[in-house]
Amino acid sequence: GMTRPEMADETLFLLLHNEMVSGLYRAAEHGEGENGRCITKLENMGFRVGQGLIERFTKDTARFKDELDIMKFICKDFWTTVFKKQIDNLRTNHQGIYVLQDNKFRLLTQMSTGKQYLEYAPKYLAFTCGLIRGGLSNLGIKSIVTAEVSAMPACKFQVMIQKM
Amino acid sequence: MAVCIAVIAKENYPLYIQSITTENELKFHYTVHTSLDVVDEKISAMGKALVDQRELYLGLLYPTEDYKVYGYVTNSKVKFVMVADSSNTALRDNEIHSMFQKLHNSYIDVMCNPFYNPGDCIHSRAFDNMVTSMMMQVC
Repeated sequence: GMTRPEMADETLFLLLHNEMVSGLYRAAEHGEGENGRCITKLENMGFRVGQGLIERFTKDTARFKDELDIMKFICKDFWTTVFKKQIDNLRTNHQGIYVLQDNKFRLLTQMSTGKQYLEYAPKYLAFTCGLIRGGLSNLGIKSIVTAEVSAMPACKFQVMIQKM
Repeated sequence: MAVCIAVIAKENYPLYIQSITTENELKFHYTVHTSLDVVDEKISAMGKALVDQRELYLGLLYPTEDYKVYGYVTNSKVKFVMVADSSNTALRDNEIHSMFQKLHNSYIDVMCNPFYNPGDCIHSRAFDNMVTSMMMQVC
């Protein structure tokens, strides 16, 4: 097999992502509604990146059979390429709702192991929610993606498929 | 070598279309437009072994008197259509396949370009150059 030289790309993305979040909030005017706007901006950035990434990642993959096939791809191949690990648990009600559980989400491991800084977690999950939504969108699936954290660094991403 | 190459969005409108000469342009546009039905047929042929369901390359869509039309659909449902001259018998299926893969790679680059808004028509010079290199030379 081909050995890949140790690249700093994972750390670079982590630091860049953290700066994106801080930078966006710093640049915004101080106000009550600001948190929502920044979260939306981050989500939209993730969306556009997700669209491009999925195009690259699905270049050589076989055609997807169905929605579940796509969600499994997101949980395995997509998550591994971006976050160097798979989603730990995928659940669905088979009616368009999927819950992706990552017990050690790469963008949160630096922050805490438990409840400390919990209130800041949403800011650091917005981009990734967009990433999932953008990836799915380019595969023809319209969705709403939200995330919740009860104890760092574990988190759950909820994908609600919208009927077009 | 192709005489016309088109990139069609999943909503079936053209994102990009280039023909070898401007005088036959409308005819090629019509040929590409007609081929979309065949593409849809091939993709939705469930259970029938018309084409390997998992393969992105669709092969020959249909022949006309002067031309052969080939198709390819990405996982993002973007369609590539290539019209080749029938008299060009030297052009083999695996050559067409690799032309489509080249097209696909360039399309991915367009998608990853932050200045490109998905759904817009493709205006990339790099993409133009790649397509031109695949078209027949007109003397």
